[in-house]
Amino acid sequence: MYSEKVMDHFANPRNVGEIPDANAIGEVGNAKCGDIMKIYMDIEDNIIKDVKFKTFGCGAAIATSSMATEMVKGKSVDEALELTNRAVMEALDGLPTEKIHCSVLAEEAIHSAIEDYKKRGGKVNENK
Amino acid sequence: MKSVYMDNNATTYVKKEVLDAMLPYFTDIYGNASSKFYRVGREAEQALYTLRESVAKNIGAEHTNEIYFTGSGCEADNWAVKGIAFAHRNKGNHIITSKIEHHAILNACEYLEKQGFDVTYLDVDEYGFVKPEDVEAAVTDKTILITIMTANNEIGTIEPIKEIAGIAKKHKVIFHTDAVQAIGHIKIDVKEIGVDMLSLSAHKFHGPKGVGALYIRNGVKIDNLIHGGGQERGKRAATENIAGIAGMAKALEIAVEDLEANSARCKKMRDRLINGIRTSIPYCRLNGPEDEGRLCNNVNFSFQYVEGESILMMLDMKNIAASSGSACASGSLDPSHVLMAIGLPHEIAHGSLRLSVGEDTTEEEVDYVIETLPPIIQRLRDMSPLYEGVEK
Repeated sequence: MYSEKVMDHFANPRNVGEIPDANAIGEVGNAKCGDIMKIYMDIEDNIIKDVKFKTFGCGAAIATSSMATEMVKGKSVDEALELTNRAVMEALDGLPTEKIHCSVLAEEAIHSAIEDYKKRGGKVNENK
Repeated sequence: MKSVYMDNNATTYVKKEVLDAMLPYFTDIYGNASSKFYRVGREAEQALYTLRESVAKNIGAEHTNEIYFTGSGCEADNWAVKGIAFAHRNKGNHIITSKIEHHAILNACEYLEKQGFDVTYLDVDEYGFVKPEDVEAAVTDKTILITIMTANNEIGTIEPIKEIAGIAKKHKVIFHTDAVQAIGHIKIDVKEIGVDMLSLSAHKFHGPKGVGALYIRNGVKIDNLIHGGGQERGKRAATENIAGIAGMAKALEIAVEDLEANSARCKKMRDRLINGIRTSIPYCRLNGPEDEGRLCNNVNFSFQYVEGESILMMLDMKNIAASSGSACASGSLDPSHVLMAIGLPHEIAHGSLRLSVGEDTTEEEVDYVIETLPPIIQRLRDMSPLYEGVEK
């Protein structure tokens, strides 16, 4: 049902965790639907120096979080904003139809973190 | 550890004796039971009668002709609900069922609602029990059918069907029970329970897939299901799947014969599993009743802060087969209707895991699950934003 890439990113997810003094945090989804993705970023001079995620959700939710964070790590904020769910899906060699929404969530989570960064003006927010 | 199968509520393997009982009907006694003018046809006809007699006897039916073979438990359930509704619509249009029935019942009821029938979906309590007094209170002069399952497939609740059968009888309403999960685990005697109709499915008790039966007490009027030849007393046309029926009859015979020993064995493994999980994993909840009110082979837990499909995938990597009531695992947007009906919030329902043992499940296998599961849950919790701050 899942591609080998999805299984790999599920079994060995990259970038799991939190960044204690992140200056960008995005959270999307809700527990009711069974998926929540939270993305932490450390952005310096518009470059995503570090990115971590925490996800509550199915195998595809974890794999897309892992892949999306891999794809934006080291990129500029503008480049990261260009990340689409389709690109995440393609990088994972596809997803079952009923799991496409997980890739949408991953795209939204990245975008939401960057919006947060812009809102804060790059500052580390004490009450994260 | 080689693969550990903990999904016996989903299906079971076919026993060797069962397979052996089926094989002659593929190659030797292959005649059509309706072709009575030559030997191999008559042999099939005779076999069919004997097999029907055996199934009737093993569920306590008074008459052999009260057993109708079907292609599945789902088919038996659908036929029971729709067949009664359409045959009795001149008397009334009201059906009573519960919120935790199998989809074979619920979706058939929803279909009937579109056809102008009224359906009462009774609430259950936090353990999944239907209250007989609620059934009685729901009966109106338009009620034509009450259908309540014998035991729930997800959380193992054994319903008070004998009491409900009594209520149905008192109000002269037909009572059907879906006993698909119950056969082989609790004693089923249709006369003693007092049901009018009962569904069963062979693959849940070590028979083959693709064969089931509906018991219809003589005197109950029901619409014909499949129009065609005269098979199944003209009610369900189609050349009989004698090999499948032979497998079901054999599997049922063994299940009834070994009922006490097997259910005692399952119960021991079930309780070992429940206790082991409870003591090793915090923030968990057993869904369904404790002890006596529960199917001897069913375990269902919710683990807070994690999602069920992820648990299943990680268990699979450790060669453990299980199931979940999460939305992802069920391929829908909502978590299991059963877990919602017992009052679980969505996020707790999403984190459910069903482990169902079988009569061959060993202590070693149970201990392997108890050992493997806690690190999986911990790993997923460490990944979960909902768990942040919980342990700190």
